[in-house]
Amino acid sequence: MTEPIISIAGVNHYFGSGNLRKQILFGATTIVEPGEVVIMTGPSGSGKTTLLTLIGALRSTQEGSLKVLGQELLNSSEAVRVALRRNIGYIFQAHNLLKSLTTTQNVMMSLELHTHLSAKEREEMAKDMLAAVGLSDQMAKYTDQLSGGQKQRVAIARALVSNPKLILADEPTAALDKKSGRDAVEIMRKLAKERGSAVMLVTHDNRILDVADRLIHMEDGMLESYDLETEAAPEKAIALG
Amino acid sequence: MFVIPLAWLQLKRERVRLLIAIAGIGFAVFLMFVQLGFRDALFNSAIRFHENVKGDIMLLSTRSNSLISIQSFPQRRLYGLLGLETVENISPVYVGFGLWKNPFWEELPKSQTRQIMVLGVDPNDDVLSVSGYDAAARKLLKIEDRILFDKQSRAEFGPIPTKFEEYQKQGKSIVTEISDRKVTIDGLFELGASFGADGNVLTSESNFLRIFTRRDRGEINIGIVKLKQGADLYKSLEAVRRALPGAYRVNRLLKPEEAREDFIVGEIRVLTKKAFVEVERKYWQNSTSIGFIFTLGAVIGFLVGIVIVYQILYTDVSDHLPEYATLKAMGYKNRYLLKVVFQEALILSVMGFIPGFLLSNGMYTLTRNATALPLAMTTDRTFTVFCLAVMMCVISGAIAVRKVQEADPADIF
Repeated sequence: MTEPIISIAGVNHYFGSGNLRKQILFGATTIVEPGEVVIMTGPSGSGKTTLLTLIGALRSTQEGSLKVLGQELLNSSEAVRVALRRNIGYIFQAHNLLKSLTTTQNVMMSLELHTHLSAKEREEMAKDMLAAVGLSDQMAKYTDQLSGGQKQRVAIARALVSNPKLILADEPTAALDKKSGRDAVEIMRKLAKERGSAVMLVTHDNRILDVADRLIHMEDGMLESYDLETEAAPEKAIALG
Repeated sequence: MFVIPLAWLQLKRERVRLLIAIAGIGFAVFLMFVQLGFRDALFNSAIRFHENVKGDIMLLSTRSNSLISIQSFPQRRLYGLLGLETVENISPVYVGFGLWKNPFWEELPKSQTRQIMVLGVDPNDDVLSVSGYDAAARKLLKIEDRILFDKQSRAEFGPIPTKFEEYQKQGKSIVTEISDRKVTIDGLFELGASFGADGNVLTSESNFLRIFTRRDRGEINIGIVKLKQGADLYKSLEAVRRALPGAYRVNRLLKPEEAREDFIVGEIRVLTKKAFVEVERKYWQNSTSIGFIFTLGAVIGFLVGIVIVYQILYTDVSDHLPEYATLKAMGYKNRYLLKVVFQEALILSVMGFIPGFLLSNGMYTLTRNATALPLAMTTDRTFTVFCLAVMMCVISGAIAVRKVQEADPADIF
């Protein structure tokens, strides 16, 4: 078997210091294989987002082993983490698109870091990606001219355009209505599967749990894993998710 | 490396803010141009006479500070130099301030009289290279009580330049009084008003002494020495030094090469033409408050500019903070964001400089016409102010980028 995309082993994480030091993650352990779509559920404050920011190399890992794309992140330097971030696609709860740029330019921003591509190649890739998420006729628009669902699809295009091996999404449907939220994750799943990218998605939205291959449930900083192909999603995960 | 000019696109997206920024920087640039322009105009107006004197070595009284407070020294010191081998000619200049009577007075509350600077020169010698002071004019000055009037004098002296031509066509000439001495205006010359003297009159030494009856022919204000063609300046200075009576002294603060061109023998200060100009310039620069005040004005403009650009950049960075955090989460380095802020600062400085420059040009023309001061846009000053504008924006950029460090990608999840 190939090396896992993410391998988490006994990760503890603390916020604050001294008397205020509070443990958020307790020995989190799991593995995400290439091309796998994993949804992480759990109540608010259970540590889902903290784990996601650790995987996304936005924080440095304090204890335990966290390997992402083969890179150990325990005690990693800022330079290592910045380099790793370039190989991960991010989708945020708020779309976080750049207001001053058109949709095409927004998608191109994620290719700007891949300097081996020419300007023309970048633009073509961005346009193909926007067409793939169904926004061929919105390419020259600024983000404030788009609907919420369209913005999130631009954000998906931005995350996927550089063909990252891993896509991280933090409640991508939170700001969307049922239909556009559903459309957005469907597109994300389809494109990720086509490109063989693994997806780790954090959500509260139990209407989209069925897009996952595997479900991880986090409660009080501890992980439980369920394989959706062999067993049904547990009531607890769905109810709380 | 980066195809998308994010800095420019961000500035362009916020039109109103961009316009305000340009207006603010333009104003700061304008302020610097005006203050530095006035300062230079002051210095240039003060040395206009000095620059137009035709001579190689100048003699002054050691008690003289500047043209407007000039002291006298015995004429025989100047004549003593005539025997030197390399000296071609010598010529005395008398300087005095007289009370000019406006011959076209328009009643009260305007004053009919005003102080004017009178220069008395030897009409046999061609000592001034100013327009209007030619051989014909010099010949006229030999006649008793004839003067030349500076047509760039301030308007308060009366509409002399226009009236002069009118009178000339009718075959008449304007008669007025300087310090109660009746004089006839024989012609116009061009020197220009300065901060020290609002107007100038040029006449012969004999006429000068007729106006200033208490002045003594033997006490002159400036001695002009012309050297023979090809004569060595420094050897001649050495000869002058030996020819003058009294002890040789040098201002300790001067550098050796400056001291060669500016030294004192007895009661006489010996200067080259270049040092003669410099001494007057330095007087205004260092010994009066005016130079300081205008420099301070320019500094204030500079500070105002920094504050304006900082405000604009800070607001811009604050507005884009979540976007910057996103970019960092995507793998952009801090350096990229710093570059964006500095690029914005540079774009603002260039865009603000252009309207500031144009406005200042207009202001210069306006002031020049209103005050007869030599105020003009020079390449030097344009370059200086442009550099100041860029510096201003870079400094504010450097303060504003600290805000960029706050963009923490871990917070946007």
